[in-house]
Amino acid sequence: MTKKLWQRGGLGLGVLLILFWCLLPVAWIISLSFKSQDSITLGNPGFFPKKGTGAGWDNYKAAWENEQFRRAIWNSIGISLIATILSVALATLAAYAIARLDFKGKKLVLSVALAIAMFPVVSLVGPLFDLWRAVHLYDTWPGLIIPYMSFTLPLAIWTLSAFFREIPWEMEQAAQVDGATSWQAFRKVIVPLAAPGVFTAAILTFFFAWNDFVFGISLTSTERARPIPASLSFFVGADPFNRPASLLAAGAVIATIPIVIIVLLFQRKIVAGLTSGAVKG
Amino acid sequence: MTTVTAPTPARRRAMISDRARAENSLGRKLVAPAVIVMLIVTAFPMIRALWLSVYDYSLTAPDDKKFVGLDNYLTALTDPLFWRDTGVTVLIMVVTVAVELVIGFLFAMVMHRLVFARGLIRTSILVPYGIITVVSGFAWQFAFSQNNGFINSWIPGIADNYNWFGHPASSLIAIMVSEIWKTTPFMSLLLLAGLAQVSEDMIEAAKVDGATWWQRLYKVILPNMQAAIMVAVLFRALDAYRIFDNIFVMTAGAQNTESISFLTYRQVIEQFSLGMGSALSVLLFLSVLLVAFVLVKAFRVDLAQARQEV
Repeated sequence: MTKKLWQRGGLGLGVLLILFWCLLPVAWIISLSFKSQDSITLGNPGFFPKKGTGAGWDNYKAAWENEQFRRAIWNSIGISLIATILSVALATLAAYAIARLDFKGKKLVLSVALAIAMFPVVSLVGPLFDLWRAVHLYDTWPGLIIPYMSFTLPLAIWTLSAFFREIPWEMEQAAQVDGATSWQAFRKVIVPLAAPGVFTAAILTFFFAWNDFVFGISLTSTERARPIPASLSFFVGADPFNRPASLLAAGAVIATIPIVIIVLLFQRKIVAGLTSGAVKG
Repeated sequence: MTTVTAPTPARRRAMISDRARAENSLGRKLVAPAVIVMLIVTAFPMIRALWLSVYDYSLTAPDDKKFVGLDNYLTALTDPLFWRDTGVTVLIMVVTVAVELVIGFLFAMVMHRLVFARGLIRTSILVPYGIITVVSGFAWQFAFSQNNGFINSWIPGIADNYNWFGHPASSLIAIMVSEIWKTTPFMSLLLLAGLAQVSEDMIEAAKVDGATWWQRLYKVILPNMQAAIMVAVLFRALDAYRIFDNIFVMTAGAQNTESISFLTYRQVIEQFSLGMGSALSVLLFLSVLLVAFVLVKAFRVDLAQARQEV
């Protein structure tokens, strides 16, 4: 009896520890974003804003009114979405072939994907920087979309082929036997079965593109294509020796909102996607 | 009696191989676009890096490009800076992966046993996973800051004005905390999937036989989730070896916290010396391969040992 109680207590403590560890920095950056800019310059230590040093929504307004920041958010959303859609479309074709067809070079494709997933991104920056300038892709949306696709394809292919292997493909023939046309069988039977996997791969791909920093800082030079992580890191404000911490925090919170929404809506799918390829593969 | 004659064996074989050939070519057509896109941005630049690495070539003086053979490599490998940065990178990799393995395993144990609040825990554990690394770097940098942070006042025995970013060791600790925070969720979710594959019956049987909690952990649970641990460590170690974002944001390489990725970046983008930068790129790539090779080898040995034990 006491042992049960102990276990329960331990579990409860574990839950609290996880919540504390995972959410503390998020709470902190939100709290920081409500400290006033003047108090930051003077030094305003402590977790919460001290009395009289709160800024209300001022930092959020200032961040949002910043042209550079707004452009960066727009760039990030556009580039990440386009890269995600293209990458998942190509990965779906490849994963279908890997899961269902028997062809030579299947192992090679999976090995190439794995090798690229482990590739040190920085070692490509030099040659790509040079090449992109030569073909006028430097500082453009496609200039970032292409590398994002290359580096998200491995993840998408691995996740999707793990999902596709689980689909009972015989159901397609069964539907056809029951009188469905092959298009109907595909649309009514296979698409609903495959959609969750495709969707999960899309979320993971989007996270990767949204998070990228190395390509973002080295393949862009202006707000024409600079994504949000790069923009945040280059944002120094009026005084380069005193970074506008609370303004940056407000920007960081805005950049985190899409991620939190996606996580809240799709946590189950994300966990399934993260673990599917790794353990069964 | 049927009048239809069965196809001769030879004919059937031809049909099968026709189908196999069609399947083969369809399969290749379907994977081709993905493979091409993956290679455009990796294989071609890597070959170019190999080629550029034997030149003295700087973007500030593109006309002075000249062939220097392996000089760039020699310069890099004899420079103490290269070895210091490699040391820093390896240190970060070993410490973060070890700490993440422990924390990640504890989290996985809690989540595995949990019957309530599963959605809440899953959501909160995915927040660090999804958050931008740059944001994580900023959050922790400001948290450790002596002027505007809270860490100094929360940890007993540390002066309120202690400057974490004024010393190499404490700067590295701050960087590693941010890295560990951001990537532990990935580790714990992989370990959770591994834990789910350990059969409860075996644990129960060990319990009946009088095994203590530690014995059950070491003799039953851990050996049975070795595959998951291997995958998690391999992925995380290779990822940690490439550490760049956190260092860029938190210290920009000050206080000897530069990683090998950061050194490469600095050569190429800040100094515009593509020749030297390319040589460093090749060395970085080779060292990642080496780490992967060592890990895979080490795990194989472990796997073989485990099999002998059983």
